[in-house]
Amino acid sequence: MFKSIYKYLTDIFNGARTLLTGMKVTGYYFFHPKEIITQQYPENRDTLKMFDMFRGEVVLIHDENNEHKCTGCSACELACPNGTIEIISDKAIDPETGKSKKVIDTFVYHLQMCTMCNLCILACPTDAIKMAQTFEHAVFDRSELTKVLNRPGSKIMAGIKE
Amino acid sequence: MSNIFSLISDKDSKGTSSATETQEYFVNMGPQHPSTHGVLRLLLTLDGEIIRKVEPHIGYIHRSIEKMCEKDSYQQIVHLTDRMDYLSCHMNNEAVCLAVEKGLQLEVPDRVKFIRTIISELTRLSSHQLWWGVMGMDLGAITTFLYGFRDREQITDIFEETCGARLTMNYNVPGGVMFDIHPNFQKRTKDFLKYFKEKLPEYDELLTGNVIFVERTKDIGYLSKEDAISFGVTGPSGRASGFACDVRKKDPYSAYDRVDFKEIIRTDCDSFGRYKVRIAEMYESLHIIEQLIDNIPEGDFKAKTKAVIKLPPGEYYQRVETARGELGVYVISDNKKSPYRVKFRSPGFSNLFALDTMAKGYKIADLVAMMSTLDLVIPDIDR
Ligand code: SF4
Ligand code: SF4
Repeated sequence: MFKSIYKYLTDIFNGARTLLTGMKVTGYYFFHPKEIITQQYPENRDTLKMFDMFRGEVVLIHDENNEHKCTGCSACELACPNGTIEIISDKAIDPETGKSKKVIDTFVYHLQMCTMCNLCILACPTDAIKMAQTFEHAVFDRSELTKVLNRPGSKIMAGIKE
Repeated sequence: MSNIFSLISDKDSKGTSSATETQEYFVNMGPQHPSTHGVLRLLLTLDGEIIRKVEPHIGYIHRSIEKMCEKDSYQQIVHLTDRMDYLSCHMNNEAVCLAVEKGLQLEVPDRVKFIRTIISELTRLSSHQLWWGVMGMDLGAITTFLYGFRDREQITDIFEETCGARLTMNYNVPGGVMFDIHPNFQKRTKDFLKYFKEKLPEYDELLTGNVIFVERTKDIGYLSKEDAISFGVTGPSGRASGFACDVRKKDPYSAYDRVDFKEIIRTDCDSFGRYKVRIAEMYESLHIIEQLIDNIPEGDFKAKTKAVIKLPPGEYYQRVETARGELGVYVISDNKKSPYRVKFRSPGFSNLFALDTMAKGYKIADLVAMMSTLDLVIPDIDR
């Protein structure tokens, strides 16, 4: 009889003690708000900087003269596992040699299908494309996610060979 | 195996008739249920509050990854495995790469082995941190969820800086890793080790000793060693039933043969045991990383491979230990640029089907705790 009452009481006591141990941890953080690491997004948009390696989307690198390095070789299209990239190429006359050669007409990029696997970047022989650190990709219509990466009027840099 | 088949055939033979004779009734748990962590449907046969039978119905998130592998090149297959058990994505990638390297008879540089092992262990830690947070949340303690994510954030930062992504990293390529480690990697990892060593005891204080938690997990969900072996329950869930199944010890790959660590085995066979194994594994993972982080050898981060990989005709099998258990990759090649067939032996699938044996006779509320301690990831089960 006494034994069961004793056990009942120690159970209550021990239970309360274990609960208080947990409460101690949460209490500590309650009184040390500096150690809480929550960030206020989007308020911190100006200071929020992603790591350089972060893979947000594929972009074609253009320099200040609106020139890029893409030869239209389609290596990235072949490397892509899910048909995200479509290279539509065209023929143009090379001013130096006078022969006709392949140039890029439209670089279509379907962001909605991209898995950010980086295989296209590794495949590109001229390092024409790279991963950008943007991540706010939400749009209202999914057709907006299909992008043309070469800018209007852009052309290939001089001296880039396939 | 016989259990699984009898379970399927039972459905037709007994069906509704037994339900009318006795007071048993059916409840669908899922496919959209917060504690199944994904689209899993469990058909429960209940007698009052007591569970009589658990029938998992899977396939809601089947994406036919194995079939897709048959059209992809070996480099492309790797990124699909990110989408199986997304919490152990690095280990999944590693398994495919090791199988391909086996086929090519390619010896990867030591540097690659070390990097792979460190990142695998970091992945295991982050997976266990998330599991710990979610486990508490399933049992009603939202606090743990936030604490788990707080610490996991430090690891995802390391991944983001070195691998380029937080979750589906696709950092392994056949022959090595995609990029060299970031100059900050070692410092950041060491900072994390120091930080997490201080924080890990908090996990015990918050949850392990908590009387409510202990009452809800101790002696709940008993899975004997024999059952664990016959269902092929591996990983922490299997080791909590006394089944020594750690692939890192049994069949070492990468740098696991050069580090000293303990295989955590417990014999309590219940939910609490499975919980304790994972907590102890976190300490072991920290210990493994500590041994490797300062000794990463110099050298290439990738062995040279051809742009188009063709494996010699034959069959290749490689298994690794993911955060959930043993993942096997079985590749059959017929000397083309894509494999003839790829089969994944995923740990989640085998672990799930032990749930029926485990849950029989317990209360329905305990099922949530049991599922949590099995640490199911549904895309891993369905693939
Ligand atoms: S990152 Fe991967 S999925 Fe995206 S375009 Fe490149 S190869 Fe295709
Ligand atoms: S981006 Fe690179 S790989 Fe793709 S078409 Fe242009 S040059 Fe070729």
